[in-house]
Amino acid sequence: MDWRQLWEICSAPDNVPIVALIPLLAFYCYLAWKQAKGNDELIAELETSPAMAKTRYRKTWPFEPGWQKEVHVWPFLLRIEFLAAIIVTIVLMIWSVTLNAPLEEPSNPNLTMNPAKAPWYFLGLQEMLVYFDPWIAGVVMPTLIIVGLMVIPYIDTNPLGNGYYTWKQRKFAIGSFLFGFIILWVAMIIIGTFIRGPGWQWFWPGQTWDHSRLIYEVNRDLPDLFGIASNFGKAIFGAVVVGGYYLAGGFLIHALFRRYNPKDYQRMSLLQYSIMVFFLLTMVALPLKMMLRLAFNIKYVWITPWFNV
Amino acid sequence: MPEENGNGKNGKEVGLLERLKSALHEDVQSIRTDMPTKAKEQIEGLKKPTKTAVYTSIFRHKHDDTPRNRALGVLSNVFLHLHPAKINRDAVRYSFTWGMGGITFYLFIVLTLTGVLLMFYYHPTKLQAFRDVLYLEHDVPFGKILRNMHRWAAHLMVITVWLHMFRVFLTGSYKAPRQFNWNIGVLLLVLTLLLSFTGYLLPDDQLGFWAVTVGTNMARATPLLGHEGPFGKMLGMTPYNDVRFGLLGGSIVDANALLRSYIWHCIGIPIVASVLMIVHFWRVRKDGGISGPGSVVLASEDKAQRGPRHA
Ligand code: HEM
Repeated sequence: MDWRQLWEICSAPDNVPIVALIPLLAFYCYLAWKQAKGNDELIAELETSPAMAKTRYRKTWPFEPGWQKEVHVWPFLLRIEFLAAIIVTIVLMIWSVTLNAPLEEPSNPNLTMNPAKAPWYFLGLQEMLVYFDPWIAGVVMPTLIIVGLMVIPYIDTNPLGNGYYTWKQRKFAIGSFLFGFIILWVAMIIIGTFIRGPGWQWFWPGQTWDHSRLIYEVNRDLPDLFGIASNFGKAIFGAVVVGGYYLAGGFLIHALFRRYNPKDYQRMSLLQYSIMVFFLLTMVALPLKMMLRLAFNIKYVWITPWFNV
Repeated sequence: MPEENGNGKNGKEVGLLERLKSALHEDVQSIRTDMPTKAKEQIEGLKKPTKTAVYTSIFRHKHDDTPRNRALGVLSNVFLHLHPAKINRDAVRYSFTWGMGGITFYLFIVLTLTGVLLMFYYHPTKLQAFRDVLYLEHDVPFGKILRNMHRWAAHLMVITVWLHMFRVFLTGSYKAPRQFNWNIGVLLLVLTLLLSFTGYLLPDDQLGFWAVTVGTNMARATPLLGHEGPFGKMLGMTPYNDVRFGLLGGSIVDANALLRSYIWHCIGIPIVASVLMIVHFWRVRKDGGISGPGSVVLASEDKAQRGPRHA
């Protein structure tokens, strides 16, 4: 166990935000979960007695009849905002006094940094470079992330859970988002920061970075496994595999979705439905491709003269 | 004496002098009597600063603690009137919004202030950029803390913007009627990351240089528009005319890239982001304030219908 190495990585000034992000995220997940649980219990209670649902104040916060429903922004909101501004300022002050922003040697195109890492918030994409060609990891994925986020409001037709925390009413939406945000984004950043060392190789936390370590991996392409040699054959084969994945996966999602979310299924238009299925399958494709690589050393699935997937 | 002579000769002039004398006397007298009263009034007035013309010209209503004044305090202030006068009693609870949108905005303000101060000491040229940062670190009074604060606030803003998006998702606040504002938000998220990224190169050190090199190398592989991307070569893309060249103003990360980064970082993106923030806040109000904590809706009340729901 190389504690020194571990400490150097964790205390590198630019990594401190990620070290801070983990407990922050855990705290806010807890805060959200606690409120979701309270609301879900209230919902369950109201669902069983329609009479009560008509009369009860429908929030988990305490409320007595006769209390005002609204409060003045000044002072009740503004004082919180001013307080928050003061606290953030103090935190920033302390942080700035105790920790110096990094400054390396002057830039030198002839002296490559190893590992050369992108800023921490882009490490998820850099991690994807291991498994995908740059045009996918660097261009297509960011585009899909942005577009994917933007379509969320238009494909989520579930009217429940608007303006309150809940889990039971939005299991599918929240589950998908957590998968994308926590696993595909934050976890990849953590790997990129704490695990990737020189040559972008995998070093367990506490393992000494060995700059001369070489890994001999013989990567194969999926068509090779099936003995397909001609370029034309490879292109067709890959198209079939990728197309097959989307078709079979689409069918599986269809079978599950219409059973477990019948109301949303009924509501969604063909366009909404296919966009949702496409993004879901594309998200799931990432860990699948990673597994193909890690478990079977497979580099490409689909090889064409113009691009490889 | 000329005056005595004048006195004897001309009565008219004597009268003028007399009048002058008595007028002067009156003036002096008035200073003696009026000024002390005015001074007294002035001192009395100082005890009530809220009655002064300057004060009343700035603040347009009274401040004794009445509901009307509480509301006016918010509504008659251009900055505060982003807020309504009153809000849902539970909406002020920290546990609902986590205050993350507001904190993100505050960090943006901090970054603008510290950023402007940094600009006074920084030249976006290969010759000077790195030295300017060294100078800031070692010679400029408070330069080090200024630079640290700018950097850590930037990192923190990236974190808070993610947490804000996370909370908006978890409370389902992107649902009707707030779909459009979620999209403004997504753009703000992208701009926040780009702001941070363009700033990374500015110290012109190894860290920034290689991070930006790694980052922009991806642009080479852009389909159609990059010289290493799918179909790029077919469309005549070379390292000297593709999209990466356009981003960097050259085929490598060099002086032009530094200048472009600087302009995007200090001028281009902040302007666009500010405009979008204004739209974002405006829409929060126009969409009926923040979404909650709303009253729970029951599944039995959800009558599934075809087509999007209209609010
Ligand atoms: C520079 C970045 C941003 C700033 C300064 C900002 C600021 C704010 C503020 C102050 C609010 C009021 C409520 C609150 O504090 O939570 C708000 C609400 C909202 N924001 Fe943002 N935001 C930003 C980015 C985003 C992003 C990335 C998203 C989503 C992708 C987003 C979506 C929304 C939505 C939908 C609301 C309404 C929430 C509700 O009604 O509960 N914003 N924003």
